Amino acid sequence: MTLFVLCFLLFLVGLYGVITRRNIIKIVLGICIMEYSMNLFLVLVGYVHDGVAPIITKGSERATFVDPLPQAMVITVIVIGLATTAMLLAIAIRLYRKHGTFDIREINTLKG
Amino acid sequence: MQSDKGMTIIVKKMTQVLVGIIVLFGVYIITYGHLTPGGGFAGGTIIAGAFILLVLAYGDDIMHLRVTKEGSSKLENLAIFMFLLFAIPGLFMIPSVFFRNYLPLGTVGELLSAGVIPLFNIFIGIEVAAALFTIFLAFVILKEEDK
Amino acid sequence: MKALIPLFVILPLAAAFLIPVLAGKIKGFDKYLASLVMLATAFLSLWLLFAHEAYPIIYKIGGWEPVNGIPIGIYFVADGLSVLMLCIITVVGFLAAFYSISYIAKFTGEKYFYALFCLMVAGMNGVVLAGDLFNLFVFLEISVIASYALVAFGIEKQELEASFKYQVMGGLASLLILLGIALLYWQTKTLNLADIALVLEGVGDRKFMLFTQFLLLAGFGLKAALIPFHAWLPDAHSSAPSPISAMLSGVLIKAIGIYAITRLFFNIFILDINIAWVVIVLGSLSMIFGVFLAIGQWDLKRLLAYHSISQMGYVVLGVGIGMLILARGGDLKVASLAIAGGLFHLVNHAVFKGLLFLNAGAIEYRTGTRQLQEMGGLYEKMPITSATSLSASMAISGIPPFNGFFSKLLIILAAVLGKFYLLAVFAVIVSIITLASFMKVQKYAFYGSTLRRELEKIKEVPFAMSFSMIVMALLCLVLSLLIFPGIREAILMPAVDSLMKMGNYGVEILGY
Repeated sequence: MTLFVLCFLLFLVGLYGVITRRNIIKIVLGICIMEYSMNLFLVLVGYVHDGVAPIITKGSERATFVDPLPQAMVITVIVIGLATTAMLLAIAIRLYRKHGTFDIREINTLKG
Repeated sequence: MQSDKGMTIIVKKMTQVLVGIIVLFGVYIITYGHLTPGGGFAGGTIIAGAFILLVLAYGDDIMHLRVTKEGSSKLENLAIFMFLLFAIPGLFMIPSVFFRNYLPLGTVGELLSAGVIPLFNIFIGIEVAAALFTIFLAFVILKEEDK
Repeated sequence: MKALIPLFVILPLAAAFLIPVLAGKIKGFDKYLASLVMLATAFLSLWLLFAHEAYPIIYKIGGWEPVNGIPIGIYFVADGLSVLMLCIITVVGFLAAFYSISYIAKFTGEKYFYALFCLMVAGMNGVVLAGDLFNLFVFLEISVIASYALVAFGIEKQELEASFKYQVMGGLASLLILLGIALLYWQTKTLNLADIALVLEGVGDRKFMLFTQFLLLAGFGLKAALIPFHAWLPDAHSSAPSPISAMLSGVLIKAIGIYAITRLFFNIFILDINIAWVVIVLGSLSMIFGVFLAIGQWDLKRLLAYHSISQMGYVVLGVGIGMLILARGGDLKVASLAIAGGLFHLVNHAVFKGLLFLNAGAIEYRTGTRQLQEMGGLYEKMPITSATSLSASMAISGIPPFNGFFSKLLIILAAVLGKFYLLAVFAVIVSIITLASFMKVQKYAFYGSTLRRELEKIKEVPFAMSFSMIVMALLCLVLSLLIFPGIREAILMPAVDSLMKMGNYGVEILGY
């Protein structure tokens, strides 16, 4: 149970970074931290008591495996996180070239 | 032999030694992907790491980088298209389902088994390596253009 | 017929992968392949709609049959609602792709535009066809990441800033959805939508389910731009290139927002009165605040984006009224009417909002401006744009015989029959204010005699753009035929019935 609370705490740390920081790169890092916390939570959901890693080898016919489905999900979600981060960073670099600064208060021009 | 591009000579010599080993390790992770943890994505990332190490250690001028980026972008699209092409023949067989495993399944635990999955692993590995290399080159080109 | 289902995902994906490779070698390959693939999928979806096969059509990928009664494969499920959404996505997608043959010629890097466009449409098709929860998430991410890149396509300051805001809020929404999926998996230990529906009938922990439902509602509501989650929409939809604005506003917020909400809350979860009230409140707030925020706008595309929020509020209101009546166990006919009104308005909004954005793009293509105060008197110079814009404005304001009138009528009628008199009054007031707003648009953009001297020489837009606009304007008239009983049974009611059967979705798919 404490592990789930710690995951949620990590999510809140990331959220704090996204909301309060002014530098674009710190906002991107906040989103990355939130994604890590989600991946961790997904893997922890699949834990079976006294389970081993779900790989079929020679001597593993009678062992209890942990749930392999969340692990397959996490592989996909990590790739999605990579694509999201690459997209954010590309936009951040272009913004820097146009405005000359990473500060979002100067970039925030669209209003109304 | 001290050229002013890239890093110092120690880094260049170590890169020469290590790049082959890194690529070999990546290929091992990809091909044994149906038996041990890893598979296409993890192995592809390792191979991309080897290429990125080469560009970082030796440096390059922007024209050559642009040509390389075009090439790796086309390779990435071609690899994923081949992946789709290998998944489609299931539609034309009986019973017709998409993504059907139509090559012979061997025994569990052998290298040549599990039908069409090792092929998929190889194409995904090529695709991920090319994609990550393209992203890296795009960032480096954006930085070099700025100067 | 069953083998056609994966083609909706395969064809756009193959086009998206092939276009960057071959676009340099063969001239014009990218535009024609993209339009051709979109036309092919549009034909396929219309054939599926009119062919009347027994719904639901279940396609198991890889041929993995259920083991011990537990489904282990990835399913593609096409039932009434999915086929209706597929038709909207592919038809509007084809018209937008055809429009961009002329429009995108002014940008650099054309081939990436068509590749990303096909990727976005492939993702949306995957979302409406997905039969299990995680595949829905993966296809949603595919289409949303492609749309982030498309919003920033012109690489001006405004577009980059809008895309960044869109990405941060969209990323947060995806993480909320992922948290909801993780919690749902924890409760039910399965990912297949039909299996979740069956398992959830026996689960006892109500508070945990309520928390999960709120998380999923917040995540998908952010994607659908309901108030209070709407902050990204005006920037993103006004700064994107016009065919992308038409696709985003017309199709994306419906396919990944409204479709996911209706599918999850009607068919998977057990209907809860609190959730239904929350949905109704969100719908009415979106309706009212959207239109009040739209009145003061002088930027044409920003005005249209705010109207999108308001019309989405109508759809959610209709669906929410249906949800509440079903949760209370009230009159089934009124619930069916409300849901039919909501879904009909969804179809209509895709067509007339897409047309309005294409018109705004046409005006910008010729005059170079988006501000209403700088236009005027375009009626004489651009007759096709003016006529189609007039029909779209009449459709969105709810004037007969255009389609908007009939769908709003159904929603207001359902509200009155269900004794939600206050909501009906709100709906009518919002409709009147929408009419006023669009009369302002028509006056400033097209009529009025103040044609600036620089605009003396402009002509009508090229053929590709005007063709798409004319077809969409004709669809605005043709879709009002959906109100008649025979045609309604054939096209609209299968979608409504697939939502009305609620938990029986699981029974039908898995066969026991």
